[in-house]
Amino acid sequence: MNPARRRRILLIALEAGVPLAVLAGWWVWSVGADSFYFPALPTILTTFADTWLFERVGSDVVPSLARLAAGFGIAVVAGVAIGTALGLSPVARRVAGPLVEFGRAVPPPALLPFGMLVLGVGDAMKVFVIAVVCLWPVLLNTVDGVRGVDPTMLDTARVYGIGGLERLRRIVWPSALPQVFAGMRTSLSLALILMVISEMVASTEGIGYFVLESQRSFAIAEMWSGIVLLGVLGYLLNAALALLERRVLRWHRAALASALR
Amino acid sequence: MLEVNGLSKTYGEGERTTRALAELSFTVAEGEFVCVVGPSGCGKTTLLRCMAGLLPPTSGSVSLRGHVVAGPPEQVGFVFQEYSRSLMPWLSVRDNIALPLRHKRLGKAERTRLVEEAVESVGLTGFIDHFPWELSGGMQQRVAIARALAYEPEILLMDEPFASVDAQTRADLEDLVLRVRKDYGVTVVFVTHDIDEAVYLGDRVVVLTQPPTTVQEVLAVNLPEPRDQVETKELPEFAHLRAHVFRAIKRRQELRPAT
Repeated sequence: MNPARRRRILLIALEAGVPLAVLAGWWVWSVGADSFYFPALPTILTTFADTWLFERVGSDVVPSLARLAAGFGIAVVAGVAIGTALGLSPVARRVAGPLVEFGRAVPPPALLPFGMLVLGVGDAMKVFVIAVVCLWPVLLNTVDGVRGVDPTMLDTARVYGIGGLERLRRIVWPSALPQVFAGMRTSLSLALILMVISEMVASTEGIGYFVLESQRSFAIAEMWSGIVLLGVLGYLLNAALALLERRVLRWHRAALASALR
Repeated sequence: MLEVNGLSKTYGEGERTTRALAELSFTVAEGEFVCVVGPSGCGKTTLLRCMAGLLPPTSGSVSLRGHVVAGPPEQVGFVFQEYSRSLMPWLSVRDNIALPLRHKRLGKAERTRLVEEAVESVGLTGFIDHFPWELSGGMQQRVAIARALAYEPEILLMDEPFASVDAQTRADLEDLVLRVRKDYGVTVVFVTHDIDEAVYLGDRVVVLTQPPTTVQEVLAVNLPEPRDQVETKELPEFAHLRAHVFRAIKRRQELRPAT
């Protein structure tokens, strides 16, 4: 076996082994600790299976994820639309600059009281808060991406009479897509955070609500099972987005690699 | 067919004014292959961009068949020096070439025919479904040429298209351009800083001066057709012509104070 191959196998073993070792350590320690705040890991896992597989999926997980998806989706569409307009027009950029800087500087949870006041404590308020927080990374990255389109490509479009929507769809958007994805990755993490916070502040269902309610009723194992679920969901959502990015931006990685060759 | 008339281009304002082109005039006849050669930094690219309607002139004009060029005319194809930045890496060779054809009112079959013919004429038939980044630099420039040909331009503007490929590839591409120019019956304006290339390819060579750039001399090249990389370059006339162009550029440089 050559050294490079051996090194790769070692790294993969470590990648899988370290989390398993941490898990095993937690298991052993928590079983022995007999702590009120840190229930034994087997207890948490049993509770997890009892609670989430699949009893509360329809009542808590689905509403949570639906709000996350709606807020994130609205933010991506609006962020790309507004970001494209600002990216294409220096005047619009100048005019909107202070507003954008202010908007993204407002800490998103500060919008919760306003959202509750105007939209009540229902889904609309939560989707609104998630959408607002997700908007900025997508918007700012889209502006950068659209501004960064290679001038030679734009000249090519002009010479060959490619204009309007055709120019956006075939040249500007594909070229900006790597940056749009970078914004989406940031936004997705923020979306999960705001999903939980909005459910803790004002809700009667959802995973965030469940975690807080469990804590208030001293159901510590249930609380932990909710935290574990949120971690797993965040991990899976990020992995799904990364997979999508790998497929959609295959040309981008390959072109970078060939430029370095 | 194409007329450059008193073309001037000035960059900047006031104290920092740079005159890139000054009262530059020449004409290109139907079906002609005109090479524009000049010292580096003499505004060759600026001239070609004005001719393509990508850059508005400060004064003077470019006319195509009697119409003043105000924006990129439909009859013009353009091959950029930076092939890797003018091809779209997210599109295959086929889609890159088809991209400019989408808004021409053509049937699907007609469009496919144009694309496949152009790919065949630049010798890339087996690579039609590859992506640009899977191809070498010379092959990428072939794709850019095929894209221009499929567009069926009446006039093809080429901006130092072979400046960044190796010598052997360059010779192949030069012969390719001579061949497709005949096949497609297209008028060509070819900008280069390479004197040999200009004399080898052109029916006429327009020699430019240092900035502020104007036309130093227009030279008819009466070398026998078809041109051949070995035989043509062996001819005493070829050596004579390239020496003549070289001296013309050199002489003007010596007249200027050293910078």
